[in-house]
Formats: sequence, structure tokens, C-alpha cells
Amino acid sequence: MRAVWLLMRRGLNEILRVPGAAIPGILAPTIFVLGFAVAFGGLAGLAGFTTSDYVSFVLPVGLLQGAGFSGGAIGVNLARDLEMGRFDRLLLSPTSRPSLLAGTILSASLRAMLPATLVLVVALLAGASVTSVPLLVLAVVVTALFAIVAALYGVSLALNLQTQSAAPLMQAGLFAVVLISSSYAPRPQLAPWLETIADANPVTYVLELTRLAFVDHANAWSTVWPGVAALVGLMLALALVVALSLRRVVAR
Amino acid sequence: MTAELRVVWLLAIRSVRQALRRPQMLAPVVLLPSVFLVANTGAAGRAPSLPGFPPVPAFLDFELPGIILLAATLAAVPGGTALALDVERNFLDRFLAAPMPRAIAVTGRLAGIGLVGSLASVVFLLAGVLFGMQLQSGPLGAGLIVVLAGLTAAGFGGLGAAIAIATGKASYVTGSFPLVFLLLFLSSTFFPAELLRDPGATIAAGNPLTWVADGMRGPILNPGVDLQTTLAAFGGVAVVGVIGAGSAYIALRRRLVATA
Repeated sequence: MRAVWLLMRRGLNEILRVPGAAIPGILAPTIFVLGFAVAFGGLAGLAGFTTSDYVSFVLPVGLLQGAGFSGGAIGVNLARDLEMGRFDRLLLSPTSRPSLLAGTILSASLRAMLPATLVLVVALLAGASVTSVPLLVLAVVVTALFAIVAALYGVSLALNLQTQSAAPLMQAGLFAVVLISSSYAPRPQLAPWLETIADANPVTYVLELTRLAFVDHANAWSTVWPGVAALVGLMLALALVVALSLRRVVAR
Repeated sequence: MTAELRVVWLLAIRSVRQALRRPQMLAPVVLLPSVFLVANTGAAGRAPSLPGFPPVPAFLDFELPGIILLAATLAAVPGGTALALDVERNFLDRFLAAPMPRAIAVTGRLAGIGLVGSLASVVFLLAGVLFGMQLQSGPLGAGLIVVLAGLTAAGFGGLGAAIAIATGKASYVTGSFPLVFLLLFLSSTFFPAELLRDPGATIAAGNPLTWVADGMRGPILNPGVDLQTTLAAFGGVAVVGVIGAGSAYIALRRRLVATA
């Protein structure tokens, strides 16, 4: 547990030591939420749109993007450790191997709170509304867990590719998956081909779960369970990929 | 002069090769705009039915020029990153010791970023036509869009180069990309300026990127090329170019003074 905690702290230290690398992940989600609200806010005027409050509608996109960037940064840091041979030195330490990654991966959930706080404060100042405090707490928890999903994705790429050059793939991959969902509009409002993609995209359900905190939903429980299932499914599947990749790295 | 132009050309080609050799460097130029193209057209496809939306055959015809402009502005990220790596690895200092005007180091890089922006515009124009976009003004309009994209990329490349030279750190160049989005969202790049939510609509009216986006959009939506819109677009490019390239040359001069 102590090793996990120390590696978690190490993961967070990077924010202070290389602020230039952390700034985009913290600023970008807020810029995107405000940008989407300014540029596409008119879409809320279309017939069938579930809310007229577009800032509230796109706020969850910012939360998940911030979590995605935070998780991607964890992957980039591990790739740097692998490239520079630091991870090999960590493997020599008398600690279980999964705990070497667990601390790093868990630090993503704390790191994601920075962009989440900024985007929440700015969006609320810009007029976003909260449906209820318990659902807001749920949205924050989902954001933290999605950051772990993103970190698992980044770490799996880092272990397999072992180069910092994969950074754009770690960052842009999740950015794309979040956008190609019901990010801009409710699923029935999407073009049929994008609706099909969004239906098959598990992140859609995580996004809709987060959105409950900001947009009223007639049948909230029907959104909770698919969201929780998608989140847990993503975590388990990616954790398995990371475990297999770590085994391969250690065997080498 | 011929020798200097040759060096600019060689540096530009080096810059393009650097981008093409590392596909991950092209992610901001190709992957990110592609994702926005898919998400925007798929989610906002019904936007042309909004009151006040200009008449367009399909939302793709309206959106594609915005995506080309996005790709052109983001070309500054890999270009600036590569220049920052040149600074980190002392390549820039070695180049500056060569017997030729030092500004060429920046000019060559900007020309390379411009070429990458133009290439990206060709890729997205072809993709647009493939997915049913109607290029009303034909090859002349396509050429105009490619030129505008190249010049915009070079202008924004100047900002990336300025950050790279001033900081010498690739992470700061990458960190600047959200600001590019801020400028794009506050223009008519993705949605008609008059339909933006305030203060977006007010800011967009005076944003040079609105003039560039409208200048790229004209040849797609209208047969022929409108002189006034085109001149405004080149005016927008000039504003971006003066600020971008000016910042880069000032950063280079400061570096030379600091390291003299």
C-alpha cells in the first residue's frame, strides 16, 4: 500500500515539475465546453432537443475530456519511464509488480479533479445548472473513475509501444471516443450513422450517466445502470489488457 | 538571394519530412480535424434547418472549410514541436552559426508548416468530395482554399515557432493548442457567426479567422470567386501572418541577444 501511495504521489508531482505538459489537460476541457456552448448552442433550438440549456448539456463532455487527458498523461509518463530505463529499476524493487502500476494509474483519478474543478466552476458561472447534489457527487465520482479508465488505456499503449511518440495516440484516442458519442446532441438527434456508432460506444453511456447531474431526465435510473455497467466493463477489460502487457514486459 | 531561397526551400522540405516521418506528429493535423468532422457533421447535421442558417446543400458543405482551417492552424503544433526539439538538441544554434541571414531558420520552418497546412487542405478537400461535398467554384476555388490554408498555417506556425524559440520546450508548444481552439470557436469556423451565442457573435465579427473561414467557404458554396470575401480572407491571413511571423522573428532576435 505504501508503494502504491508513493507512486501515486510521484504521478502527481509531475504537474508541478512540468507545468507546460499539464496545462493543456487542465485548460482544454474548459475551453471546449465554452467553445461548444458558443458555437453549437443554437442546436438546443432544434425540435426534439432535450434541454434549452446547452452549457449544462455539454458540461459532462468537459468532465470526461479532462479525465481523458489526465489518464493520457499517465500513459505518457510511463512511456518516458520505459524509454529512460526507470521502469526497469522499479521492477528490481521488492514490491509486487501490479502495485508498481496501481499507484500511477490511481493518481489519474486525483489528477482529473484539477480540470474537473475548473470546468465545473467556469460552467456554473456561465449559467450551467445542477439537477441535485447527490447526482453532482455521482458525476465527480464517475469522472474520477473514467480517469482510471483513461490511465489504463494510456498505460496499455505505453507498455506495448514503449515510446513517448505514442503520446498523441494516448491523448487523441480518448478525445475521439468521447466526441463520437452523444456529446453534442441527444442520440435521437444524431445522424443515423453516428447514432449507430454512439449506441455501440460504451463512453456514450458513461457520458449520459454524468449528464444526469446537469440535465433533467424523466427516467434517470434507466441511465444509471447502463452507465455503471459500461464504466465497470471498460475498467475490467482494460485492466486485463494492462495485466497481460505488464506480464509481457516483465518476461522480456 | 537565390542561395537563400534554396536554403529556405531545403528547410521547408526538411520540416515536411520531419512531419511525414513521424505519423504521430501528424495526429493534430489529420486525426483531430477528422474527429471534429465526423462529430460535427453527425451531430449538427440538422443545423441548416435553424432560422438564419445560410442556404447550403448539406451541413458538410458548410463545415468542411472550417475543418480545413482547423487543420491549418493545428499544423503549427508539430512544426513548433519540431523546432523546439531543434532548440533542445542545439541544431538551431549550429544553424545560426552558418554564414547566412539568421531569419532564414524561421522562414524555412514557416514555409514547411505552410506546406503541411496546404497538404492537409488537399486531403480534406478530397475527403469532402468523396463524401458528397459540392465544390461549386471548381479547381480555381480549390486552389484558393489550398493557398489560404497554407498561408494560415504559416501564420500560426509563427506563433508556434515563437513559443518554441522562447521556451525551447516542446511541451509548451503542445500546451498552446487549446488557445487555438479558443480563437476558432469565437469565429465562423464551425457555425455561422450570426448564430453564435453572445459574446461569441460579437467577437467573431472582428476575428480575422472569421474572414479566413468565410473566404474558404465561398468557393465551396458559390460558383465563382467573390472578390470582396477573398480580399477579406487574405486580409485575415495577413493579420495572422504579421502577428505570428513577427512574434517568431522577435523571439529569435531575443534569443540571439541573450546568447551573444
